[in-house]
Amino acid sequence: MDVPAPVLRMSGIGKQFPGVRALDGVDLRLLPGEVHALMGENGAGKSTLIKVLTGVHPADSGTIELAGRTVSFAGPLEAQQAGISTVYQEVNLCANLSVAENIFIGREPRRRGRIDWKRMRARAAELLERLELDVDVSAPLSSYSLALQQMVAIARAIDVEARVLILDEPTSSLDAGEVRQLFRVMRRLKEEGIAILFVSHFLDQIYEISDRMTILRNGRLVGEYLTRELSQVALVAKMIGQELAELERLHGEARTFDRPLVEARELGRTGAVEPFSLTIHEGEVVGLAGLLGSGRTEIARLLFGADHATSGEVAVGGAPAALRTPRAAMARRIAFCSENRKRDGLIPDLTVRENIVLALQATRGWTRPVPRDQQDELVGRYVKALKISPANPDHLVRDLSGGNQQKVLLARWLILEPRLLILDEPTRGIDVGAKAEIQRLVAELSDGGMAVLFISAELEEVLRLSHRVGVLRDRRLVADLPNDDTLTTDTLMETIASGGRA
Amino acid sequence: MRRLLWPLLVLAALLAVNLFFTPSFFSVEMKEGHLYGSLIDILRFGAPLILVSLGMTLVIATGGIDLSVGSVVAISGALACLRISEDGGVLSAVVLALGLCVLLGLWNGFLVAGVGIQPIIATLILMVAGRGLAQLITDGQIITVNSPSFKVIGGGYLLTVPFGILLVLVVLGVTAFLTRRLALGVLIESVGGNAEASRLAGIRSRGIVITVYAFAALCAGVAGLMIASNVSSADGNNAGLWIELDAILAVVIGGTSLAGGRFSLGGTVLGALIIQTLTTTIYSVGVPPETTLLVKALVVAAVCLVQSPKFRDKVFRRAGPRASSRPAAEEKVRVTA
Repeated sequence: MDVPAPVLRMSGIGKQFPGVRALDGVDLRLLPGEVHALMGENGAGKSTLIKVLTGVHPADSGTIELAGRTVSFAGPLEAQQAGISTVYQEVNLCANLSVAENIFIGREPRRRGRIDWKRMRARAAELLERLELDVDVSAPLSSYSLALQQMVAIARAIDVEARVLILDEPTSSLDAGEVRQLFRVMRRLKEEGIAILFVSHFLDQIYEISDRMTILRNGRLVGEYLTRELSQVALVAKMIGQELAELERLHGEARTFDRPLVEARELGRTGAVEPFSLTIHEGEVVGLAGLLGSGRTEIARLLFGADHATSGEVAVGGAPAALRTPRAAMARRIAFCSENRKRDGLIPDLTVRENIVLALQATRGWTRPVPRDQQDELVGRYVKALKISPANPDHLVRDLSGGNQQKVLLARWLILEPRLLILDEPTRGIDVGAKAEIQRLVAELSDGGMAVLFISAELEEVLRLSHRVGVLRDRRLVADLPNDDTLTTDTLMETIASGGRA
Repeated sequence: MRRLLWPLLVLAALLAVNLFFTPSFFSVEMKEGHLYGSLIDILRFGAPLILVSLGMTLVIATGGIDLSVGSVVAISGALACLRISEDGGVLSAVVLALGLCVLLGLWNGFLVAGVGIQPIIATLILMVAGRGLAQLITDGQIITVNSPSFKVIGGGYLLTVPFGILLVLVVLGVTAFLTRRLALGVLIESVGGNAEASRLAGIRSRGIVITVYAFAALCAGVAGLMIASNVSSADGNNAGLWIELDAILAVVIGGTSLAGGRFSLGGTVLGALIIQTLTTTIYSVGVPPETTLLVKALVVAAVCLVQSPKFRDKVFRRAGPRASSRPAAEEKVRVTA
């Protein structure tokens, strides 16, 4: 099979940031009509490479050739005009404007100085039809799902004669059906000869959609491979630079749990989750499985007092507890790592140190600061234990990669030594290495007697870690299954699908 | 410390302009055991603004704003003067006035954190109503008092230094202690940086916000006493008029973002000094009175532009090509993606 000439070729790209060599001699080539996956752990240099390509950062060394001509972009706008469009993880559109307006914002078709609404709608409809999407272009964008909004962003990106389309983690907030929809669109674009650069942490998706991949590690090129010639295990090994440690059998010998820590009885919140009963024992990991929006997060928020329950009661350690605020839950040593670490977790302007000691400081009130040497001790210990990088505690948290931000959030709660740790999607959007570390940590903590409520969209992960799995469907807890040898991802999926009646 | 660089440069430039027009500008003399000189005057007359700005800094750091401080300045002076003109007890007058100010601040905090009204609206209520309250206290007149001990607050000297300057140093010291030695500062920055995340981290953000508004009102109260004491009278109409705008400006010039989060007390003090020096400069350079406001506005606009990294990038692009153009570029991404 002969290889067509690459539409884009980056060679010997180097980029130095203060104190970090972000990229060192990286090559990347994109062939027309191919989906090319860019792989690597957090901090491997994927984002930097994309930013260099789109002109956000100038490269220190190396060249970029687009269709055989050497180019250098002063910014994403120039890159886009040259045919390199980017769609980011978070949808950067205006939800209150219509679909058509979003597609043409800033470059509306005009007639005699005024916006030609009719032509705009017609062209938008045409464009979406090309992606085989059935959308009312005059409806506000907010009336469509996140997945469709993402497609609209793609439609906007490819309208400008795109030759290269960069999709930076487009699937991290989509559910399975939405991912399928996105992949259909991607295949469609592939057929049109567009080169797609795809970044995702979901290995299954990479194997489903990509033809070829480039792997980075620590800012260096590991190599370029054909996807069908590289096994998943080999890929992971190349990404983390070592054979993947044994992930199975995370827990020690089987144990019995007889000391209930948190008991929820008919706890519920109107419009969020139907009344449910759930008991979490000391040292037990209880997994929650269910689709996006099935009420997983809502249960976590009720148990942490982030939302008020409208019915039912909770007992902690046998005594009834009114969990009306996060503080009340924290006083009973319940901790909650929220799913959306940007919105509900970290304070981006504060340093790693300040973010880590924040919850401890909050419990002490402002009149009793955590002494500096205690801060240093705690922060130093957890930065080391969780391998937070960069290891400088005075770094601003917003400059850290997603996985490291997640670890900072985790550290904030671990220093409180909670009895129940609620983890809502702690491994979403982070790389394989960090994921394995966090999973191992959860197992260790529970072996040490801490109870964990573990929420994840990845059933396999839930199964691997949990002693017991609660299954949610349509905002109801439909099953509470012990995790014995008979429980598999298939039975979990069946339970989710059938609502536990089978 | 790098973010204090530009305010420092601006202040230095303003002082240099003064030195050019008034060669004796920097001279500080000792007269009758008191320090005299233009620099001392800037500090002395700038003292109320610095105080109000310090309180404003903390409010802005929580993501709020307090428009009512000007009215609180007037109320504080009015109540103190009324009390002194009735029975002459300066200490009780001061305590009473500051007590009322704290109450008014708690009211602001309650509206913002308890009821959930947007800060700009919540404090607008007291901004308007407070002027009325001040006039009610003074009965629409200017109350004049003749009390040497009250005069000390704004016009007196201690150890050759104007008392007002010492008062500012004390308040600055206390604020720095509360926010930086104790943990109030980091909690304020956390609430201002991400209110929901702070709540989920167990911070009593309501308490923090109410405290901060009460503190801002207390600072305004002290400033009001200073202003009233300096002229030995209380003018409900004009005392502290528009000082809230100068204070907000001082905070912004000092590098604290109006969006909340990180704040800088040192920057705020510099910002207030810049504004006071600017006022002094306009007089000493001899700008005609009818154009002073315009000139001030132009200089302030220039100061704000010079401080904006984006603006500097655009203008001085040749000096530093693209090295620091990241924020601008990232914004383009958002528009085009």
